[in-house]
Amino acid sequence: MTGTTSPITAEQLSATTLLRFATAGSVDDGKSTLVGRLLHDSKSVLTDQLEAVQRASLVRGQQAPDLALLTDGLRAEREQGITIDVAYRYFATARRRFILADTPGHVQYTRNMVTGASTAELAVVLVDARNGVVEQTRRHAAVAALLRVPHVVLAVNKMDLVDYAEPVFAAIAEEFTAYAASLGVPDVAAIPISALTGDNVVEPSANMDWYGGPTVLEHLETVRVGHDLTGCPPRFPVQYVIRPQTAEHPDYRGYAGQIASGLLRVGDPVTVLPSGRTTTIAGIDALGTAVDTAWAPQSVTVLLTDDVDVSRGDLIAPTAHAPAVTQDITATACHLHERPLRVGERVLLKHATRTVKAIVKELPYRIDLSHGLAHEENPAALEVNDIGAVVLRTAEPLPVDAYAESRLTGSFLLIDPADGATLTAGMAGEPFAARPQAPAADDDGWDF
Amino acid sequence: MTTTVAQSGATASPYALTHLDALESEAVHIFREVAGEFERPVILFSGGKDSIVMLHLALKAFAPAAVPFSLLHVDTGHNFPEVLEYRDRTVAEHTLRLHVAKVQDYIDDGRLRERPDGTRNPLQTVPLTEAIQQHRFDAVFGGGRRDEEKARAKERVFSLRDEFSQWDPRRQRPELWSLYNGRHAPGEHVRVFPLSNWTELDVWQYIAREHIALPQIYFAHRREVFNRAGMWLTAGDWGGPKADEPVQTRLVRYRTVGDMSCTGAVDSDATTLEAVITEIAASRLTERGATRADDKMSEAAMEDRKREGYF
Repeated sequence: MTGTTSPITAEQLSATTLLRFATAGSVDDGKSTLVGRLLHDSKSVLTDQLEAVQRASLVRGQQAPDLALLTDGLRAEREQGITIDVAYRYFATARRRFILADTPGHVQYTRNMVTGASTAELAVVLVDARNGVVEQTRRHAAVAALLRVPHVVLAVNKMDLVDYAEPVFAAIAEEFTAYAASLGVPDVAAIPISALTGDNVVEPSANMDWYGGPTVLEHLETVRVGHDLTGCPPRFPVQYVIRPQTAEHPDYRGYAGQIASGLLRVGDPVTVLPSGRTTTIAGIDALGTAVDTAWAPQSVTVLLTDDVDVSRGDLIAPTAHAPAVTQDITATACHLHERPLRVGERVLLKHATRTVKAIVKELPYRIDLSHGLAHEENPAALEVNDIGAVVLRTAEPLPVDAYAESRLTGSFLLIDPADGATLTAGMAGEPFAARPQAPAADDDGWDF
Repeated sequence: MTTTVAQSGATASPYALTHLDALESEAVHIFREVAGEFERPVILFSGGKDSIVMLHLALKAFAPAAVPFSLLHVDTGHNFPEVLEYRDRTVAEHTLRLHVAKVQDYIDDGRLRERPDGTRNPLQTVPLTEAIQQHRFDAVFGGGRRDEEKARAKERVFSLRDEFSQWDPRRQRPELWSLYNGRHAPGEHVRVFPLSNWTELDVWQYIAREHIALPQIYFAHRREVFNRAGMWLTAGDWGGPKADEPVQTRLVRYRTVGDMSCTGAVDSDATTLEAVITEIAASRLTERGATRADDKMSEAAMEDRKREGYF
């Protein structure tokens, strides 16, 4: 392993990529220790922070510094000794910069893990080697699959407590990988570690010479990020219309937005949705520089050849691969708010850059992640942390993709129109990638 | 073995953005969301590096049109002259509109009282929240970053504040994907942090990459300072030093720019951007730990100030 602990030069830094990842683990799986070690060994815990933790630990009568105080940022968290909320951590090596969504393993796990996983390209699922794959592990794998996190790392922790035995690791890795594959997780890397002793976290373990793979950090540094454009039709939600109306730019009319998926090229024939008007990309302005091509997740400004009516909330897509426009949306939902979601409720639906009125028509089922994805038909409501299916009717047509095709144009929020609270996170289409599409004529099509 | 390990290297994809491009793209998206959804946004602008980077991103986000926001500076009255000069030059250069809320005005007419320790940083909260109410700003951009401080690490990109500008960390809206919820009632506003995911080093690298000019106090220079509670404070009209605090001339620079009474300088010979980046990459102290007295007041100093309306 090279380059992980040596000083970083400015030249090295400017070319590095960014990996967003999330950690998931139950209370005693050693997640804090793993996070602490990653931060510490990558120079991300600095002297004054450690001193502050030492001072605070002494005040509490603790002899050794309590590293949880590094991450528990709020008064209530420190008072109660629990982590309430997702926190974001930042660290860097010479190869890559990292944004870690540190999600607590306590009661509010589902909501928090869904939040953390929504922006993650990789999820680290921790397992205690002594306990193997447990209910919580399945829940974490299911949430990673549901949110379509492209890469999953299974960190089999506490290998020091099972004599670093390969068969223990191999059995857990095999069981987890098979379960993850059944959920449609495309890529699982299993790594035997001891977060406490540091085996295979940053440094390769001297105790597990039977393991030939990367350490956790090495895997994080080298896993491929970026966008697989081959299966990704372009989607460009219009955020804002730029019209300088100055002497220098009297006729400039640019459509500003962040490319949600795929690649845009000057000359591409495109359709503006929901109106369905067709035109051609005349130019792309990448924050001040004219370019021929641009791709997700770049923020750009697009110029069109025709003076068509385009405004915030519209979606520009290639004419050959435009999404269908619909007012009836079936989605998987994770309910985030203490106020339950019920059939008949009127909500606001925020999809990409457009917010429309919607009504909850049906709640076909609720998934119980703790019992092998068993589901309860037609629940009375979705309660906080529940995951289930929701059928919505919107007041205006929306170009919604399946979440499996596009994480950004396939996702939406439900918002309470009365007080603006964020109620529910929605992902259009089938929940798990491996489930085959049921024929439309067959029952409700959600049978698993 | 049942494991499959991704084979490709970190830069194998031709479409992977560098980390600075990814952060820039995200910040621009946030600016444009606010422009699209709010009536009266404002950018908090102190002349410090984070607000300078914010303004630079806003200029890029709306080019070739003008930035559709005005600026607000909360002036503690203890400013570095170089920073005020930079502020005024920048406002003129980009034909921006600047609002200034002055702590000194509040002290002069008795609405605020000087603190015994002389620091005015916590006093900013009242002029800030009153300026927001007075101008009916509904979105207020701040340069706060989650890497700065543990309470800031819990902050959302879009952070709803009530009519008293209060932050309630236990009642924050969950924030998923890049779907930001800016709904608010009349009188409420949203604090928006486009640099949430940036680190101090990211900010400096971006400044270097974009050739952004900064006030000179960010680079090593000789300055008259005195030591208070382990920090080098600038001697000046604001009230320092006391009789038992001898003044000396040292080669220093600033990592943050704030109120002169609580922002410390660090010993440094970094006179160029490259040297500053090298220095920060090797530093064992955080930006706030090294240079901010106000965060050392208690374990929850930042959280408490944020609850009251501080940004």
